[in-house]
Amino acid sequence: MTALTNPAPRRTLLAHLFASLRGALPVVVVVAALLGLWLAAVAPMNFRLALDAAMRGGEDVTPATPDEQGETGLVRLMIDNPGVIPAAYAFERPRLPRPQDVVVEMYENTIGLARGCEFTGWGAGREHWTGLSEGCLRVVNNRRSLLFHAWQTLAPTLLGFAIGTGLGILLAVGIVHNRTMDLSVMPWAIASQTIPILAIAPMVIVVLNAVGVQGLLPKSLISSYLSFFPVVVGMVKGLRSPRGMELDLMRTYSASGAQVFWKLRLPASLPYLFASLKIGIAAALVGTIVAELPTGARFGLGARLLSGSYYGQTVQIWAALLMAALCAAVLVWLIGAVERRVLDRMGLAR
Amino acid sequence: MNAGGNEVLRRTSRGTSKSLVRLGLIAGLVVIAAALDWRAGLLLAIWFGAWGLNTVLSVRPTQVTRFAVPVIFGLTLLVLWQVSVRLYDVNQVILPAPSDIWVEIRTNGPILWADFVQTVVKGALSGYIIGAALAIGTAIAVDRSPFLQRGLLPVGNFIAALPIVGTAPILVMWFGFGWQSKAAVVVVMVFFPILVNTVAGLKASDAMQRDLMRTYAASYWQGLFRLRLPAALPFIFNGLKVCTTLALIGAIVAEFFGSPIVGMGFRIKTSFGALELAMVWAEIAVAAVAGSALYGLVAWIEARMTFWHPSQRGKT
Repeated sequence: MTALTNPAPRRTLLAHLFASLRGALPVVVVVAALLGLWLAAVAPMNFRLALDAAMRGGEDVTPATPDEQGETGLVRLMIDNPGVIPAAYAFERPRLPRPQDVVVEMYENTIGLARGCEFTGWGAGREHWTGLSEGCLRVVNNRRSLLFHAWQTLAPTLLGFAIGTGLGILLAVGIVHNRTMDLSVMPWAIASQTIPILAIAPMVIVVLNAVGVQGLLPKSLISSYLSFFPVVVGMVKGLRSPRGMELDLMRTYSASGAQVFWKLRLPASLPYLFASLKIGIAAALVGTIVAELPTGARFGLGARLLSGSYYGQTVQIWAALLMAALCAAVLVWLIGAVERRVLDRMGLAR
Repeated sequence: MNAGGNEVLRRTSRGTSKSLVRLGLIAGLVVIAAALDWRAGLLLAIWFGAWGLNTVLSVRPTQVTRFAVPVIFGLTLLVLWQVSVRLYDVNQVILPAPSDIWVEIRTNGPILWADFVQTVVKGALSGYIIGAALAIGTAIAVDRSPFLQRGLLPVGNFIAALPIVGTAPILVMWFGFGWQSKAAVVVVMVFFPILVNTVAGLKASDAMQRDLMRTYAASYWQGLFRLRLPAALPFIFNGLKVCTTLALIGAIVAEFFGSPIVGMGFRIKTSFGALELAMVWAEIAVAAVAGSALYGLVAWIEARMTFWHPSQRGKT
């Protein structure tokens, strides 16, 4: 239907694509510069390690003894031993891995885990629901899989985010409609933002485990706490955003309190809500990851970070970090997409 | 403000019958709870008593009640915490009472002070200052190239939303267990939020104002220091305030990955391992006070430096 009534959607699409490409160029350049900086930093970061390995391997290095090397500056060492620089890039356990090493690690721990993957067709049994052979599921089932760990982190994040957002909206409605609540709770809601509560997230987990709360809930509690206050603060602002004129109009319609809320305050608050949701979901993800850190959690991105740091597996740390970044990006993007859709339909799009 | 005033008027003119019914309901609830378990009844009575007091106080808000009501609310929570821990005899390992935490703070003052200096002053504060200086410097450097700005803003916004605290194990590996690695984590954490805010702030001056500078034949640097940096201050302080908490979180969490035998993160981790929960809570209290103080300090400097901004002029 829409294609018939709108005769030239193709040109606008092309123009749109072109415009967005032009807009993306600076971003691409900046990202490329950052990657270049990373790649350039690999040599100096790993150089001393590589030089040490080269010396043990019997190669001639310019200050011959380790003591002299320790006293020589890094730049001097690199100028005197240009032959060692390639070794710094190919180092086994580097202090700083190359970007491509991290990408390879990510591939190996996701898609690369599949063994004998093929399409078997959908069958009747429960094990055939994906229509793929057993080996494919290793991509998400295997204990080494980053996707498996990412889901272990995402599930509590999403649950906690849902709880925190729900409670936050409820409290905001209470604050807007009850003066006592406003005066009592609001200053604390704002002050609590300045308290580094995230730092004790791991302890909260263990205490909850001791009390008998287990599974998703303890981690969700942290992420719900972290997403709770941004939502409260943003939502209160949003519910109060209708101006006196608009409220007066509702009064001339002799609208009831409930009608004012559903037809004016709630719709007016949505732009504020979405802005807080984006902050909230990012905070919730950070909360879950930190909650997994020193509690001996075996699964999850935080656990990968910690085990990587214990065993000096830098590539594993970087891969877990990149995965966490991807998760955050996808979550924020998803909320952004919903925001655009909803605000478009309400005619509130900026 | 107007609408709120009308609401109060309406509420008081509606008569007292409705609030009497409500009072009766609450009293009934407390009595029923007390009959089932006298301790629950007591807790409910404390809660509703304080809430009632706040309700009465907040009918006509004045300067005094605006201050008193949140204080009463906070004290009520503390009293409820204390009383319920004592009445229900909660295990120290699960939740110590506020009085136990206070005793712990009093007796372990020197340890807490040493931890505070190690984590907040050496780790968080130095990292915060270095990170902020780097970010503001980068923003000014980038400012001359609109192309770089257009690239850096989305990338910076994106990175600011990432779980950067995850870089802590890497940075601890690079910079060792001392406070330097904690400062490095803090630098990375605060850099992008402040950068993004400063870049946005440097664009905040009006075209008219910039034209005026041009008619004065002001050089780039004169324009920067006399007009654009002052105009950017509200934005910069916005970023600085957000980052005070981030700095503390970064410094404490980084200590979980390795630290000398002093520091708040170290103490939280080891005290927790030894099941000395009161000490953990004491550190949390110190962290909360330090976080609020740091925020307050930045807010105070902001009020002194941006006194001309509309957001500050309403305050006294």
